[in-house]
Amino acid sequence: MSSRSLVFIVPLVVIAIFWLMARVERRMAPDASQKGYFERNGKVLGIAFILLVAFWMLFLVVLPYLYMVVESFHPTLTPLKRGGPEDVLTLRQYESFIVPPTGGGLNWTHINAFLFSIFASVVVTAINFVICYPLAYYMAQAGAPQRVRLILLGLVVPYWVNEILRAFSLRLLLATKGLINNVLVGAGIIDTPIDFLGQNVGLYVGLSYAYLLVMIFPLYNAIESLDKNQIEAARDLGAPWWRIHKDVVIPYAKPGIASGCTMVFMFSAGALAAPQFLGGPRTLWFTSVIYNFFFQNFNWARGSAYAFILLAACIALVMVMLRLFKVSLGETIK
Amino acid sequence: MEQNRDMRAGVELDHVTVRFGEFTAVKDATLDIRGGEFFSFLGPSGCGKTTILRTISGFLDPSEGKVRIGGQDMNGIGPNKRPTALIFQNLALFPLMSVAENITYGLRVRGVSKADRMKRANELLEQIALPGQGDKLVSELSGGQKQRVAIARALAVQPKVLLLDEPLSALDLKLRQHMRAELRSIQQQVGITFIYITHDQGEALTMSDRIAVMSDGVIQQIADGRNVYDEPATAFVASFVGENNAFAGTVARADNTFAVLDTPFGPLRGRNPKGLKSGDRAILFVRPESARLARGEGDTTLSSRVKNIAFEGNMTHVFLDGAGKKDITVTVGRQDGASIPEQGADAAISYNPALGLVLPDGKLARE
Repeated sequence: MSSRSLVFIVPLVVIAIFWLMARVERRMAPDASQKGYFERNGKVLGIAFILLVAFWMLFLVVLPYLYMVVESFHPTLTPLKRGGPEDVLTLRQYESFIVPPTGGGLNWTHINAFLFSIFASVVVTAINFVICYPLAYYMAQAGAPQRVRLILLGLVVPYWVNEILRAFSLRLLLATKGLINNVLVGAGIIDTPIDFLGQNVGLYVGLSYAYLLVMIFPLYNAIESLDKNQIEAARDLGAPWWRIHKDVVIPYAKPGIASGCTMVFMFSAGALAAPQFLGGPRTLWFTSVIYNFFFQNFNWARGSAYAFILLAACIALVMVMLRLFKVSLGETIK
Repeated sequence: MEQNRDMRAGVELDHVTVRFGEFTAVKDATLDIRGGEFFSFLGPSGCGKTTILRTISGFLDPSEGKVRIGGQDMNGIGPNKRPTALIFQNLALFPLMSVAENITYGLRVRGVSKADRMKRANELLEQIALPGQGDKLVSELSGGQKQRVAIARALAVQPKVLLLDEPLSALDLKLRQHMRAELRSIQQQVGITFIYITHDQGEALTMSDRIAVMSDGVIQQIADGRNVYDEPATAFVASFVGENNAFAGTVARADNTFAVLDTPFGPLRGRNPKGLKSGDRAILFVRPESARLARGEGDTTLSSRVKNIAFEGNMTHVFLDGAGKKDITVTVGRQDGASIPEQGADAAISYNPALGLVLPDGKLARE
C-alpha cells in the first residue's frame, strides 16, 4: 500500500477510536436522564449533522494537511514516476533546507531567508504592540464613547482598500523618487534620497499596517474588561502612570497581548504579498521561497517540507514565548 | 496601625461646586472636617456624596471652590500625590497579586525595600487578624477578609485621611454590622480622619462623629447623629433619617416655641424651631416611636383607622390610614403595655407636642 493512501486511513482510525470511546463510556456510565443523540435529533437530522461535520473536518481540515505532511516526506519526482519504485519515504526534503541537494556547504540562501522572516516578524509584532497598546488603552479606558467610535471607524475603513492597492501606494510614498523623499529633499533636510524600500522600511511598514487590527482588537477586548477602579486604586496608592500600566493593566491584559502578538507574528511570518511588493530587491522572504517551489519549480514535496519547517518553528517560538510570559494557551483564545 | 498624632489632617471644603456639563452634582458645599474625626456623608444614591469623595481624593477637580487637606490647597495635586487613601465600593483589590503584594503595593511604588515591605505586610496582616495569609490570592479570601485587606492596603501608605466609599455594601447584614464596630475601632486606634460615604443611615449613625446629610447635591445638615435624628434641619433630613410620619399643612398660628398646623387630620401641634409664621406651608413630623395609640392628657390627638399590623418581636408596627398620603406608622414597644387595636378598627393617635416637629415645606425622601 502506498504511503499516500495512509492519509485516508488515519482519519478513519481516529473516527473508529472516538466511536469506541463513546461506546465504552455509554456502557460504563449509562445516564438514563440523558436522551441519546439520535433521540434528541431524529435519525435523518442526526445523520445529516454527523455527515456535515465529518465532511467539514475531513475534507476541509484534516485531509489537506495530512496530504501535505505525507507529500513532504517524498522525493521530488516527475508525475510519471510517482507511485513507482523510486517513490519511497525520505527525509531528503527536510535535509535540503540545511544542505542543498546539489551539495556543497550549507544552504545559506534559504536559512537566511528563514531567519530573516522570523526576525522581521518579531520586529513587526513589537512595532504593532507599541502602536496598538496606547491606542487600545485609550479606546478601552480613557476615551469618550463618541471619539472611540470614530477611531474604530478610522481603523477599519482603510482595510476596505485591497492589499495590492495598499502595498503599491506605500511604494509610491517610500520610493527613492517617492513623496516622502521628494519632501525631505525639497525641504533641504537630506541631500540624497533615502532608499526606504531597499532598507526594508517598506516591508516593516507594510506588514505592521496589514496586521494592525489583528493586534488592536485582542488588546482592546482585554483592557476593556479591566475594572476602572483597579486603575484608580493604583493611582490613589501613589503609582505614577507607567507603573499603573506595568503593574495593573499589562498583567491583566496579558492573555490579550499574547493573543494579539501570536496572531500578528504568525500572520507576518506567513505573509506573502506585502514582503513581495514592499521588500527590498535583496530581501528574500521565506514564504516566497515556498511559493516558488510550489508554482515555479512544481516541487510540491520540497515546498511542503519548507512550509512545515516554518510552521513548526513559528509554533515552537510562540510556545516558548507563552511559557516565558507565563500565559497558558487556553487564556490566549478566551 | 497606631500612627503619629501629627498625621492627623482636617479636610476643608470651601464653596465647592462640581459640574458635569449641564448637570451640577455638588452645589456650593462648605464644611470643615476636623483632624481625627469620623465623618460621614449620608444620602440616597445620586445625591452627590460620591462626587464629593472623588473631589477630596483628587480624581475630580471642583468646578468652583477649593479643597484643603491639612490646611493645604489641593488644587492641581493628583490623587497619587495627596495624603489620602481611598477604599472603593468594590474594594478594587488587585486580583493578580497576593494578599501581601496588595497590602504593600503603595509602599512598592514609593520604593520601599522588599525586606521592609515584608515586615510591614506581616505587621498589618497581624493587625487585621490574617496572620500568615500574605501568600494567598485575593480570590481565596472571604468577603470580610477582603474588606480587611482593602483597609490594610489603604493604611499601609500612612494616609492622613482615609476615604471610604460604601465599602460595606457588598457584605451580608451580619458581617456588615460586625464591620461597623471594627471600622470604628480601627479609626480610634489609628486616629486619622475617616470620611465615610453611605446611603445606610444605620452605618452613619452608629459610626460617625458627625454626619452631613445630602440631597440633590446640596448639604442639608451637618450634625452629630443624635441631632440629625432629633433636630433635623429640613423636611428631607427628617424623612430620610429614620422613620417619620409627615403631615403637610399650613401654619394656623405660631409662637417662638410651638406652631399649630392645619392638616387633613385637623389642627396638629409641634415644636417650631425654624420660627415659621402663620400662613407658611409646612410639614409636621412625628416619629413612629413618639406616637401612641391612645388619648393622652395634654397631647395632640388625631384619629384614623388601622390598616395593617406588623409584629416584629420586640415591637409592633401599626400602619394607619394616611388619608390618601403615606400610611401613618405607630410603633408600640412591649413595655408600653398598650393594647393594640384590631385591623380595620378606628383608632386615636396621640403624641406629645414637644416630640412633634414643624419644618418648612420641602422635598421628602422616597415618597
